[in-house]
Amino acid sequence: MKKHLLSAGDLTREDAIRVLDTAAELLGVAQRPIKKLPTLRGRTVVNLFFEDSTRTRISFEAAAKRLSADVINFSAKGSSVSKGESLKDTALTLQAMGADAVVIRHHFSGAPHRLAAAGWTNGAVVNAGDGTHEHPTQALLDAFTMRSHLMPGGGVGADLEGKNVTIVGDVLHSRVARSNALLLHTLGANVTLVAPPTLLPVGVDTWPVETSYDLDESLEKADAIMMLRVQRERMNASYFPTEREYSRRYGLDTTRMNRLPDHAIVLHPGPMNRGMEITADVADSGRSVIVEQVTNGVAVRMAVLYLLVGGATNEEEGS
Amino acid sequence: MVTPDDGPDAAARPDPERSDPVPPALARTVLDSGEISRALTRITHEILERNHGSAEVVLLGIPKRGVPLARRIARRMGEVEGRAISAGALDVTMYRDDLRLKPARALEHTEMPDDVDDKIVVLVDDVLMSGRTIRAALDALGDLGRPRAVQLAVLIDRGHRELPIRADFVGKNLPTALTEKVRVRLAEVDEVEDSVGIVGSAPNGGAA
Amino acid sequence: MSEQYLIRNARILGGEPTDIAIADGVITAIGADLDLNGAIEVDATGLVALPGLVDLHTHLREPGREDAETVLTGTQAAARGGFTCVHAMANTDPVADTAGVVEQVWRLGREAGFCDVQPIGAVTVGLGGTQLAELGAMADSAADVRVFSDDGKCVSDAVLMRRALEYVKAFDGVVAQHAQEPRLTEGAQMNEGLVSGELGLTGWPAAAEEAIVARDCVLAAHVGSRLHVCHLSTRGSVEIVRWAKSKGWDVTAEVTPHHLLLTDDLVRGYDPIYKVNPPLRTADDVEAVREGLADGTIDIVATDHAPHPMEDKECEWSAAAFGMIGLETALSVVQHTMVDTGLLTWAQVAERMSAAPAHISRVGGGHGRPIAVGEAAHVVLYDDQATRTITPADTASLSRNTPYAGRELPGRVVATFLRGVPTVLDGQLQEVRS
Repeated sequence: MKKHLLSAGDLTREDAIRVLDTAAELLGVAQRPIKKLPTLRGRTVVNLFFEDSTRTRISFEAAAKRLSADVINFSAKGSSVSKGESLKDTALTLQAMGADAVVIRHHFSGAPHRLAAAGWTNGAVVNAGDGTHEHPTQALLDAFTMRSHLMPGGGVGADLEGKNVTIVGDVLHSRVARSNALLLHTLGANVTLVAPPTLLPVGVDTWPVETSYDLDESLEKADAIMMLRVQRERMNASYFPTEREYSRRYGLDTTRMNRLPDHAIVLHPGPMNRGMEITADVADSGRSVIVEQVTNGVAVRMAVLYLLVGGATNEEEGS
Repeated sequence: MVTPDDGPDAAARPDPERSDPVPPALARTVLDSGEISRALTRITHEILERNHGSAEVVLLGIPKRGVPLARRIARRMGEVEGRAISAGALDVTMYRDDLRLKPARALEHTEMPDDVDDKIVVLVDDVLMSGRTIRAALDALGDLGRPRAVQLAVLIDRGHRELPIRADFVGKNLPTALTEKVRVRLAEVDEVEDSVGIVGSAPNGGAA
Repeated sequence: MSEQYLIRNARILGGEPTDIAIADGVITAIGADLDLNGAIEVDATGLVALPGLVDLHTHLREPGREDAETVLTGTQAAARGGFTCVHAMANTDPVADTAGVVEQVWRLGREAGFCDVQPIGAVTVGLGGTQLAELGAMADSAADVRVFSDDGKCVSDAVLMRRALEYVKAFDGVVAQHAQEPRLTEGAQMNEGLVSGELGLTGWPAAAEEAIVARDCVLAAHVGSRLHVCHLSTRGSVEIVRWAKSKGWDVTAEVTPHHLLLTDDLVRGYDPIYKVNPPLRTADDVEAVREGLADGTIDIVATDHAPHPMEDKECEWSAAAFGMIGLETALSVVQHTMVDTGLLTWAQVAERMSAAPAHISRVGGGHGRPIAVGEAAHVVLYDDQATRTITPADTASLSRNTPYAGRELPGRVVATFLRGVPTVLDGQLQEVRS
């Protein structure tokens, strides 16, 4: 694996399977009397969150703590960052604290790349969501969830070869969609992105995916369907006329869900807009694996942290 | 994970997954498949005798080769006791003390056949050397429950202990030099006939 | 006014070696084996002699952002790049939208003495895009302003643009438009295309530039005025300007050196050193602007030298400032992309980097004139056989935001003469008396 996890595209097929297999082993830790492993004792993991995301932060925090790492939560709100401190100075501060891993969430696309490339910190940088770019650990937990449901025997050691995954919604602004498109392709799945034309990025025709403007035509073959959150402010920017129209054309309701194959699962990265991209009865149905995604998220993030900083880091190998 | 040639120089140790650079011809076989089988049968009886039967016993193999050994012992035990007995697997990777000497390793599968609280856990491994793997296994076990007692069964004890750990049940004591490697081959893992061999320079042999 | 210089064996416009005699700021003789008593000899064997370069698009940042650049440091960088005249953009603080500010900038340039500074006046008050600035007062000022631009911002209001184009006819002015449709580029960070889609950066469609270029060409034709298109960057813009010129309309256009060389692929590492307005485009656009510059559709190369302090680039892409410095690398990039590729001769380079920009701005002072007897001695000596690796610290600019760091580029400015005074000799800035 590369030193940092900035993009789902950084992972080879072997890397990705290794993360998923490791996560599969670590999933059991949550069921044990002592939900903790000593592996990252003495390592420091910094959660550097420039954008509020309680869900992602507590997932990474739980993951790091279950591996016995020291966790420092650094939230931009109320810190020196909100007083205009630059990313560089923040990074230098973290470096001085001896951060072994920096988990960064940022409202700007590419901020994790800057942190990793500019040499401001020696720690491994994990992208926990950057702007409208990527969210690789979300893609890993989605792939993990799909593999455990769709592949025989829970899928350990396997990829997602030949599985059809439909991702629906605001692809243009979705870091989840970008990371999933890359990772699922790496794992051999066939990805279809479904969105109104206004919410597909320019150049999507060169991505290793199919695209469609019509949700109904991609239901029957889907092994998994992932509904993306639609920000309500997109409506004001004329990406679609009304919430009702969006929901009618691109929302997942019971009627559409019933047209999915029996084994198909429904995913959502959360938080959901119930009634917008997904109806409440679909979200709460037996097809929905949305709560499971959260559980799997901790195991996948444990796997990522272990694989990035659990062994010898580059510096230690060199010495 | 446990390697057949558990040694003090863990960092420099070759990856057991990789093919051995020493041609098989240079390996001195010390146990053949028949001898391994008899050793395991003897260990099985010793475990039963020591623990007054199998009722309280939980067998846990340490990956990679401890797991098939534990399963073989479980099968023999089942035959003696007249009931099905299964063995589990205990991966100790996350508890190792040498994690930072190498890039992060892939995990092995952990599988508990039973609750270990108040049971007698018998850890099974192929080769006992420094004792560090067993130390890690004891820590791992402690996070899974509180056994009444923990015992250790190994196919080979080659000495060179670095921690105050000893085996309760030993297939064969095999005095070795540090420059030598003990190579265990088991059909389930290696897809060749069972054997235990010594590779590398002999105790008073050529240059290491 | 100055010493006498005898330049030996210079290849004027890349031609046969000849001597050039300079006295009292004027070229007094050109020919073989000249003799000039008491003259300082400059050995220019192997060097190309070009008329002093004229930049129609320079950000000198003074007044207001003297931490990024001053008129002194900016003109020193210009001299090192072979320029004898630069046009200072109006987006200073305060904005150059009054006779007072443009005269201040003009005077600072004269005092510095490294390069003539011709101010550009703002089209609208405070670049606000709502009310015309006092264009006539700036034209009548000592700065003699003829080029007006809200550069950095687009005069997007069609009525205001029409009025500006009409109004400047009274004094033979020209409106230099920064063509960027504001609604289509809200929050835009880079060229809209494959790379922006992958990187999740808000795209800046070519159409946002082309829509304004097309509109302004039609407006300029309608009112019979002069339009200059700043830093044209897309194939579509080239085609629109080509079409406007075919109609006989008075439209001129510029391209920057970086748009002749760099593409949006460079953005993949999110290094804001490549963040610029208009954004780096695709390889196809680069090919189109090179063709356009070669066939004369694009009239001039202008640097859009845009200095920024380190902290405005050492940050997240989206938080970083737009712009790159370019005065000291412009001629090398043009050689690399246009001359070494056979698209332009040195005579055509002189046309596009000296004569044409001087003509568009109607600047006086002998700028943009050929190297000929009786002309003002604005001369640059350029070693087109040299190569150099660009290091950001090797600049006279106060800023270091060059996109060419580590790149090997051909050519080196050896000497620059401004009215017969060497501002640069042996590649080194000289003491100048103003």
